[in-house]
Amino acid sequence: MARPLLKDYFRESKILNNRIIVASVIIVILTFAVISRLFYLQILSHDHYTTLSQENRVTLVPIPPQRGVIYDRNGIVLAQDAPAFSIEVTPDKIENIDVMLQALGAVVSLSEREIKRFRRELKQKRRFEAVPLRFNLSDEEMARFAVNRYRFPGVEIKARMVRDYPLGELGVHALGYVGRINEAEQKKLDTNYSGTTHIGKLGIEKAYENILHGTVGVEQVETTARGEAMRVLGHILPVAGKNLYLTLDINLQAVAEGALGGKRGAVVAINPKNGEILAFVSRPGYDPNLFVNGISSEDYDALQTSLDKPLINRVLQGQYPPGSTVKPFYALAGLEYNKITPGEAVSCRGYFQLPGLAHRYRDWKKEGHGAVNLDTAVAQSCDVYFYTLAQSLGIDAMATFMGQFGLGKKTGIDVPGEMMGVMPSSAWKRKVLKQPWYGGETLIVGIGQGYVLTTPLQLATITATLANHGFQMQPHLLRGTHDLGSANMMTQKPTVSKRVPVANGANWQTVINSMVSVVHSPRGTAYGIGVKAPYKIAGKTGTAQVASIKQGERYKESETPERLRDHALFVAFAPVEDPQIAIAVIIENGGHGSSAAAPVARTVMDYYLRDWIERTHPRQSAAAPGPSL
Amino acid sequence: MIQKGQKGMPAYARSKGQGFWFRLMQRIHVDIPLLSGLLLLSLVGLVVLYSAGGQSLEVLGRQLVRLGLAFTVMIALAQVHPQHLQRWAPFLFAIGVALLVAVLLVGDIGKGAQRWLEFGAFRFQPSEMMRIAVPMMVAWYLAERNLPPPPLRLLVAAVLTIVPVGMIAKQPDLGTSLLIASSGVFVLFLAGMRWRHIAVVGGLIGAFIPIAWSMMHDYQRQRVLTFIDPESDPLGSGYHIIQSKIAIGSGGLYGKGWLNGTQSYLDFIPERSTDFIFAVLSEEFGLIGIIVVLCIYLFIVMRGLYIASQAHDTFTRLLAGSLILTFSVYIFVNIGMVTALLPVVGVPLPLISYGGTSMVTVMASFGILMSIHTHRKLVPT
Repeated sequence: MARPLLKDYFRESKILNNRIIVASVIIVILTFAVISRLFYLQILSHDHYTTLSQENRVTLVPIPPQRGVIYDRNGIVLAQDAPAFSIEVTPDKIENIDVMLQALGAVVSLSEREIKRFRRELKQKRRFEAVPLRFNLSDEEMARFAVNRYRFPGVEIKARMVRDYPLGELGVHALGYVGRINEAEQKKLDTNYSGTTHIGKLGIEKAYENILHGTVGVEQVETTARGEAMRVLGHILPVAGKNLYLTLDINLQAVAEGALGGKRGAVVAINPKNGEILAFVSRPGYDPNLFVNGISSEDYDALQTSLDKPLINRVLQGQYPPGSTVKPFYALAGLEYNKITPGEAVSCRGYFQLPGLAHRYRDWKKEGHGAVNLDTAVAQSCDVYFYTLAQSLGIDAMATFMGQFGLGKKTGIDVPGEMMGVMPSSAWKRKVLKQPWYGGETLIVGIGQGYVLTTPLQLATITATLANHGFQMQPHLLRGTHDLGSANMMTQKPTVSKRVPVANGANWQTVINSMVSVVHSPRGTAYGIGVKAPYKIAGKTGTAQVASIKQGERYKESETPERLRDHALFVAFAPVEDPQIAIAVIIENGGHGSSAAAPVARTVMDYYLRDWIERTHPRQSAAAPGPSL
Repeated sequence: MIQKGQKGMPAYARSKGQGFWFRLMQRIHVDIPLLSGLLLLSLVGLVVLYSAGGQSLEVLGRQLVRLGLAFTVMIALAQVHPQHLQRWAPFLFAIGVALLVAVLLVGDIGKGAQRWLEFGAFRFQPSEMMRIAVPMMVAWYLAERNLPPPPLRLLVAAVLTIVPVGMIAKQPDLGTSLLIASSGVFVLFLAGMRWRHIAVVGGLIGAFIPIAWSMMHDYQRQRVLTFIDPESDPLGSGYHIIQSKIAIGSGGLYGKGWLNGTQSYLDFIPERSTDFIFAVLSEEFGLIGIIVVLCIYLFIVMRGLYIASQAHDTFTRLLAGSLILTFSVYIFVNIGMVTALLPVVGVPLPLISYGGTSMVTVMASFGILMSIHTHRKLVPT
């Protein structure tokens, strides 16, 4: 310092030391303030923050359960979870997604749709979460990717459990399929589905979703702030879904599908004694595997726009006029209501006229059947006999009687989507069409045409009910469930769903005998399948009009466009003495029930009854064809 | 410089029965209590940093290199006689201001703020230099006249503080400007600024707040509010402070144990090796660990204040007092911020936080303290 200063050192040091003391006091006070703050946080609020810290630290990751296997009645696998290989991408580890997709596209095939779905999912997930890009890699693609693997860091092959339907189309309409859970479904699902990606969409897969799914497990994972898993702290194992055994005999199903050939139609076979559905055929079908991971729009459009409508479940949703197949039931109504007796004859001249009206209700046989009683009327499917019967019964008595069998109602089968069909009455017409009932309409309903509509399932069910003398067993597809690791199967008990009251029990046999005549009497409409049958069949043919035919015109099959031709129907059960199987066959635009539908039923029954034939007619057993599955 | 007799000291000291290390420390102007406190703190810091840095030896190594550099700077500055510091104060201050201007004009932008000057391979933060230059300058100015300073001199001293503080705040570096402002204020306080003047300044600041508030836009007010109370924005700036509180609170009395802080290693604590390292300390060592660390800090601060009170002349007393009080501000602001008592300003926990420049500056100020203490017995020429 250049300038000497006169300074009061004593005073200055006194000021300074005072201030230092003040500062020291303040520092000590602040130290205690800090400690009390920490006391508050670490001692008083310790429990609260420990909870928060634990919540931060542990993430609960769901472990999806394995879905139950679906077997047919003989233990053949119809649906199961199988490992499938997919390509998954972790966006965090990839510099440029576009470049990667471009390069990867040269190694494995990537469709526009897959890329679109991938990009959409990419936005929803966090950067370090793997996003699936391609499902169901073929062996060749796996090999090609393995060779090029080094070029794609962050791209990995993962094995996931994917629902597999090893038999493809076979039985698809009963089985249904699973698909990815969509947004609407997501909203309704609880935490049990937190790890699940697929859910039953249709058929058995949907109906028994809660049994097949199982219970989710939980893994406690220590997770960083960015969500990366560090280690597993503990877990609760998932409980696998139960295995299902269906009532279907998939070999019989194959026989029935084969017997239909390439034709559109439906076959339903039921065990009349317990309501077990043995075959559930709706053709054409489709491959359920296509739907599991989202069907491509091209595939879906093809299925959707196909004139053959493969997506329609004809068994449950196809509503067809039953045609003459319902005649035996009307005959039973006539007997029950004392309108006819078995021996009483009606004269058939080829047409029927209501009193005082000119309109002629035609018989399918232009020249007429002559004098017909109940047995010949059913055997030859005489329309005039049933016009006459219908007129004397009246529509409402017919509706009441048929309603007892369940026409116009759901059968209550254990798969969703069933249609009711229609059994008209005067009340029904007033309510639905807001019109009065006309007498002529009664006659049309009397031959199974007009407003009356039935599903193939209903036809099979009422036939089984007839075979069972009025005891309708609840038709169902689930035979039993089976816990993984348990030896016993929980079987469904058969239940009686309806009871058709008939005062005179002998009437059942009268009607059944008339149906035996259909197949086994030389003039019966289905004599063709009865000639060499090793067992006795009770059946009824039917032909349902698709296009209406004007007065004075005649239907000629060869001149009618294919899709306007009549539907061919046949219902039957066998063996008559001890009914094992009841069956309904509908072939769309197939022409006559006798020529088109009856042989299909015969083939199915032959296969199903092969053991029965073996027992009773040992020498003829070779007649039964055996499918290879 | 003035102490000529150093070469002759060994014989004298030996006769007193003092050990080699003691003699060595005296000879290189090191204050042993202060050095012990600082070394102990650095050791604790390394232990905590090992955990906070994800058990990375590389992080630990770099921190060791920095500590080595910082202690070297401290010992080097301890050799400089306080009189030289007094003489250089105005020049150092002038250079510092010039560099700050340069930073504002051509400075490098790092982490969104202009703080750095590039000299070849060197990167230099002039604001760090000002942490020492400002208290030196103010102490120099006030030491020229008798204490306590009259209002006019107080005003000039205030301007000398506010100018660099304003420039640093503009970079923007709120933490540093706050610390420098307090270092200036501490000189005024120690110089005996009258309580009523302190009250007037406090009153003026108090009056300014509502005026400034009424002039602000809504979004600016919102920003101020979230700054004061980050927890009102739990997903934004509040997230860090909430996680920090969870870490501290879940530590409890004894802590979760070294390397066992889940908030820490699972990455929930933001800036856990730097500004928020106190949260890691609290989580793993609990209240007991914190009290131990606070005691070490308290010891260092008290030793510093003792050195200030024992200092020989006005300049060194003001400088020493201001430097050690500023050091304590570091501690309280950092802990206050991490425990959600204060808004989040980027102030590291001295000697424990990972990071370079500020550590060197802190140790430089301890070098000056040691110099003041070890040179004090000599009479100025």
